[in-house]
Amino acid sequence: MLEIKDLKVAIEGKEILHGVNLTIKSGETSVLFGPNGSGKTTLLMTIMGFPRYQVTGGAIIFRGQDITHTSLDERARLGIGISFQRPPVVRGVKTRDMVLAAMKDKSQPDAVNTLAGKSDLLDFLDRDINHGFSGGEIKRSELMQLLAQQPEMVLLDEPESGVDLENIALIGRLINELLQKGSPMHGRNAMGLIITHTGHILEYVNARNGYIMLDGLIGCMGDPREILTEIKNRGYEQCAQCTFRSAQHVF
Amino acid sequence: MSSNLKDKAKTAANKAAAMGEDIDLAKFTRTAEPQQYETDPSRLDAATKNKMLEAGVILDDPRARTGTFIQIDNTPIHSSVKQDGVEVMPVSQAMQKYNWLGDYYWKAVAVDTDKFTASVELGQNDGYFIRTAPGTKTDFPVQACLYLSKANLAQNVHNIIIAEENSELHIITGCATSLGNEPGLHMGVSEFYIKKGAKVTFTMIHSWNPEFAVRPRTAAIIEDNGLFLSNYVLMKPVHTIQTNPVARCNGENATARFNSVLVATPGSNMDVGSRVYLNGKASRTEIISRAITTGGYITARGYIEGNAPDVKGHLECRGLLLENKGAIHAIPELKGTLPGIDLYHEAAVGKIAEEEVEYLMARGLTRDEATATIVRGFLRVDIEGLPPMLSEELQRAIKDSEKDLM
Repeated sequence: MLEIKDLKVAIEGKEILHGVNLTIKSGETSVLFGPNGSGKTTLLMTIMGFPRYQVTGGAIIFRGQDITHTSLDERARLGIGISFQRPPVVRGVKTRDMVLAAMKDKSQPDAVNTLAGKSDLLDFLDRDINHGFSGGEIKRSELMQLLAQQPEMVLLDEPESGVDLENIALIGRLINELLQKGSPMHGRNAMGLIITHTGHILEYVNARNGYIMLDGLIGCMGDPREILTEIKNRGYEQCAQCTFRSAQHVF
Repeated sequence: MSSNLKDKAKTAANKAAAMGEDIDLAKFTRTAEPQQYETDPSRLDAATKNKMLEAGVILDDPRARTGTFIQIDNTPIHSSVKQDGVEVMPVSQAMQKYNWLGDYYWKAVAVDTDKFTASVELGQNDGYFIRTAPGTKTDFPVQACLYLSKANLAQNVHNIIIAEENSELHIITGCATSLGNEPGLHMGVSEFYIKKGAKVTFTMIHSWNPEFAVRPRTAAIIEDNGLFLSNYVLMKPVHTIQTNPVARCNGENATARFNSVLVATPGSNMDVGSRVYLNGKASRTEIISRAITTGGYITARGYIEGNAPDVKGHLECRGLLLENKGAIHAIPELKGTLPGIDLYHEAAVGKIAEEEVEYLMARGLTRDEATATIVRGFLRVDIEGLPPMLSEELQRAIKDSEKDLM
């Protein structure tokens, strides 16, 4: 389980998250909606532990352990993984190197080819990571690395953005594998927190809960598809009013 | 002819080089005791063989070599070759054997370039001659080692390499010293002649010491459809090195490629460049250099001049500063003298991007592991045209030196 308690986060001294509460249980996937600049990416980056995001209050509890001040790499090794929205190009570091570096079970390096095959990235293994990759290739590469890493907490930042319709089904399949959607609920460990703007990914990935983030606070917990319909019909402004009502609740 | 060359050399005997710090040649001795010829170089002592191995010269199991040349101080102590159509011998021997060698002697490098070329002509401490007959392709690389064992010696060597038409020659040259921390000076002139359709790959690994001064003077002349591929690795400490090899792509579709991997530790001063003249129609070049400093000073130069229609040139200088000391000065230069040419360059100098380190840390690598992976990647140069075996050896040499770096 991941518990976020009254989390306050600042970037370069400016508070972005003003007291976020959120709980994701083992085996569950949650979806985070919200307009640009509302703090969604900040929340994901803070859960992952990037040093730029300074926790000024509250706590992050992962599997019962307070990881609020645990380092980025230590969190990765504890079982938290993130799909970057715009990962950097690292010249000379091959995609294969990244998958191998991420691999939880290093006893089977041949598994890289299997993972690349199912991610349709076999031709990319010997290329510099992210160099000249299209939007869709970046997303698949990120998911391939996460499949190697096998994190228990999966953080996905707009996994469908920049992906053409042909590839979105493949992205959906990879996410479902990552979140162990093929296993019965009681046998699943993997948890997911997915940021989406368009909600397209919901056509391929089932999520239990949806949340809206507005101005650094979470409100409007509910069925993700219903929330999406609400946003489409009424926009985030109406949701904001709902947020004021629900901000008092602890999710 | 020879006296003319000597006269010309004398006029340049005190001429400082256009680049790099000046060196007082009077501080070095020119004489060294002759070394004994060795028919089986695997019988050299283990320490010497290890030093040579660090520079890519394999003596214990030379099966993966077509030929071997070794010079210690001023004496060639071994030369052998296993393949018909390939010649490997001391250049002094080649001068006696072939009258025509004068047509190649000081024809790519000017004897009066500076005091170092002059010293090589006036000092004459041999060097190697390697030649492939027309159409011959070397099965394995030819290896050459220029080795210095006497403290304060100025070694003057003159190497001539000729790849006749449609031949293919791979050379790995290791330059090394047994001197721990004593000074020495290596001056090496290398002249390459790459005839029509011929291909030469030249992989040079240097392993000197923190007191060593090095002044190579290299030039290649490439005819129609010829290829010259030069790889240079210097990852061990050196006091000072200045080199700026020149390739003249005179033939149509001639190609020159230079790859350099440089690591400057504190106290090392490296001024390393490559200079290419695209004189033949549709000739092309690529110059790639990777420079890392952990406290030393690196000047990474590159110059491409396009003088013929449809030529293409790409120059890439990338530098990485790992510490808050030392410096990297990248000087990429392009010159075009007519329309329709395509020359471009990229240069970047900086520290490792924090974003890249964090990207790898998010996959579970520690900060140190992430940094090491990025540095390793930075030094990895994918070299087009280098046979896989040589490519592996080159990567292994780089990897071995990385251990000192991390």
